[in-house]
Amino acid sequence: MPKELIHLSHITKSYETAVILDDLDLHIRENEFMTLLGPSGCGKTTTLRLLGGFETPDAGQIFFDGTDITSLPPNERKLNTVFQKYALFTHMSIAENIAFGLKISKKSKTYIDDKIKYALKLVNLEGYEKRSVDSLSGGQQQRIAIARAIVNEPKVLLLDEPLGALDLKLRQDMQYELIRLKEELGITFVYVTHDQEEALTMSDTIVVMNQGYIQQIGTPEDIYNEPANAFVADFIGESNIIDGRMLQDRLVEFLGVQITCVDTGFGQNQPVDVVIRPEDVELSDPANGFMEGDVISTIFKGVHYEIEVHANGYDWLVHTTKMFPVGAHVGIHVIPFNIHIMNKPESNDEKAVESDV
Amino acid sequence: MVKKIGGRIYLGIIFLFLYLPILVLLILSFNNSKSRVAWGGFTAKWYVSMFQNDTIMDAFAMTLKITLTASILATIIGTLAAIGIQAMRRRGKAILIGATNIPLLNADIVTGISMMLLFVRFTKLGFSTVLIAHLTFDIPYVILNVLPKLNQASRSAYEAALDLGATPFYAFYKIVWPDIRPGVFSGFLMAITMSLDDFSITYFTKGPGVNTLSTMLYTELRKGIKPEMYALSALLFGIALALLLIMNYRSSKKNDINN
Amino acid sequence: MYKWKRQFLSGPYVVWIAGFIILPILTIFYYGITDSSGSFTLANIFAIAEPIHMKALLLSLKLALLCTAFCLILSYPLAMILNNLHLKQQSFVVFIFVLPMWMNFMLRILAWQLLLSNNGILNTILEGLGMPKLQLLNTPSAVVFGMVYDFLPFMILPIYNAMGRIQRDVVDAARDLGASELQVFLKIILPLTISGVISGIIMVFVPALTSFVISNLLGGGKVLLIGNVIEQEFMQNMDWNMGSGLSIVLMIFVVASMAFMNAHGSEEGGGAVW
Repeated sequence: MPKELIHLSHITKSYETAVILDDLDLHIRENEFMTLLGPSGCGKTTTLRLLGGFETPDAGQIFFDGTDITSLPPNERKLNTVFQKYALFTHMSIAENIAFGLKISKKSKTYIDDKIKYALKLVNLEGYEKRSVDSLSGGQQQRIAIARAIVNEPKVLLLDEPLGALDLKLRQDMQYELIRLKEELGITFVYVTHDQEEALTMSDTIVVMNQGYIQQIGTPEDIYNEPANAFVADFIGESNIIDGRMLQDRLVEFLGVQITCVDTGFGQNQPVDVVIRPEDVELSDPANGFMEGDVISTIFKGVHYEIEVHANGYDWLVHTTKMFPVGAHVGIHVIPFNIHIMNKPESNDEKAVESDV
Repeated sequence: MVKKIGGRIYLGIIFLFLYLPILVLLILSFNNSKSRVAWGGFTAKWYVSMFQNDTIMDAFAMTLKITLTASILATIIGTLAAIGIQAMRRRGKAILIGATNIPLLNADIVTGISMMLLFVRFTKLGFSTVLIAHLTFDIPYVILNVLPKLNQASRSAYEAALDLGATPFYAFYKIVWPDIRPGVFSGFLMAITMSLDDFSITYFTKGPGVNTLSTMLYTELRKGIKPEMYALSALLFGIALALLLIMNYRSSKKNDINN
Repeated sequence: MYKWKRQFLSGPYVVWIAGFIILPILTIFYYGITDSSGSFTLANIFAIAEPIHMKALLLSLKLALLCTAFCLILSYPLAMILNNLHLKQQSFVVFIFVLPMWMNFMLRILAWQLLLSNNGILNTILEGLGMPKLQLLNTPSAVVFGMVYDFLPFMILPIYNAMGRIQRDVVDAARDLGASELQVFLKIILPLTISGVISGIIMVFVPALTSFVISNLLGGGKVLLIGNVIEQEFMQNMDWNMGSGLSIVLMIFVVASMAFMNAHGSEEGGGAVW
């Protein structure tokens, strides 16, 4: 495992009365593509601004390569940022924008010229040196913002929702570009987004945040397949989240039926959340399911049908490749492995989480 | 921290610089002595006697008449002009905006004199020539306040309204007007401010017998300033302050609600 | 079709421009290049070379430059301080600076006359501090002082507006790329506010160059500016041709200073300021 590069240690930050981050602890490793994912106001952008040096924490420390950089101003940090709205210098040409950091650090003219050429090639905008910022499209401006940051050879690139202002197609193209860039540069990316698909596509590690707390840290697969709580499950993709009761190990009761599952260690007769992904719900003949219901809507989504089934007082969301017409009487089945049992929120932190869901 | 305190002190000095003369005038308006340098005790009598002074009241009435007529007419002509200018092609737009800048950038004295030279060829100087002159420098303020709002206003919303069957007038009233109303309003306020504060242009375009507060003061300088003038100006200033504060308060409240 | 109709809305204004902006300027040009009998002459324009006129013009230029310089020096830091307050209501700043205009301009200048006079408050304070009295009133300095007082808002507001348009992200980006606070100022803030500075300079320099009331009130007739000369030609000497000729000269200076500033501005705004 690559060595740790950044450690955010017990960070607390509040604005006026609102607590943005509460005792946040986060480790970032060398060469990692880490994504901070969460809804707006979850503290992800504040975390990034703390890393960039634009904010100082109320309490806690930030370590970079073992050194405390908590109070170091942004211009002395070996990180560079790509801003959400690009923040290009409109009074300078593209070349001058890219050269900004290099000129500040007094690099030679030939070095700077080479670097500009290299960076423009890297972001597929060769020959744009003389162009003005205003003449570029949003996607091109974002590439220049990235080029401007990476020519300084930062050890870490911070990206604050860099694709947020782009349209869907461009966003998908840029996702692959970013992955390619990261591989060519071999540096750490810390990426902030509220778009779960972006996070799942690009990241090595995803940090799901809500209301100033980290909800879960893990690989995209972990986060998607084994969400730590109902918030993560709901935020990452769609889920059926149903109130249930854990009767004993490997036996859960919900919506009036008792089902076998694989989870253990919840104790007996404990209230829990039962989380089931829509694509894990199987529809069949009424006789073959563990409960019966009626199809109330069917929408064709291209890859699959999105079907809603009303069964035992709950509207199930189902993704399936088989068509079921509205009004069809169907059976619902889920294999035990795909039934995820989660503790009901107990601590205050988790309650806050629930109120947001 | 030191920087912050230094900044506050600097702000304080500049505000003192801007408002010290106003403070002096306020004090003088309550001074029970015709002398400008000695304090003769507190009195409010100038606030009463100013209403009995015909010269002052005539000038005051003339000032109000010119300011209000000019700014209302300027707001109407200017708003219409801005809408027309915005619909124009690049060339026409550039020419009209260029012409609009002339009265703003040209020297007041030259503007005043050149209009006087034109007016005396055709008519006698008087109320109407002053009004025309005021309109000429008021309209550009309205246009320059309305035009940016028009440019921000959503063109597609206006077209959507037309598409939904609205007449151009109805679509304008329902869609464009709410967007540009703040600009029209601040243009109107600027026009009032500029008309009220103008001396040079009024001075050259007014005929004998027509006097605003400014021109009356200028011609009576040698006779000395009547204390009633301090009282009247202080009163006007107080009313303006109150009105502007109320509007500011209301608009900030509106902003809070919107946020 | 409706677009064509919309353009007609500016019809009244187009007529207005022709009648009351263009025509008056043509009229003043006509008077400027004719004599009292109506025949062509350039004597009125060349009259600027007469020593008394030349002296007034040079003094006007000097005082206007001083006034502009002081306004700029006072306004730039002020705009920065105001900007750093991060007021939610930017219009409040405009309000503060426009409000004094609602007190009659002439009276405000007269108040300064009182403050600056030999028995005025400033000299009383100086006396109280044991310092010698200063002859403030009726000097060119008093005129510059009054001009700075009157025109300061026209310098502050455009600079403040330009500063408010700079997004925090842009400053953050410069810091992020290694710029110190001084470098941020020199390479980002200054170039991005230069357009505001230029319009401020024009809006202060032109009225200062052409003012005649402030010099009358605070100069006590001892400070003769080109504006005073022109006023006297019209109001006392009744020599409209001479007055118009001198006005044309004044207009040439106004246009030249604007052209100079604009040319300078577009060059700086172009981005080659490294």
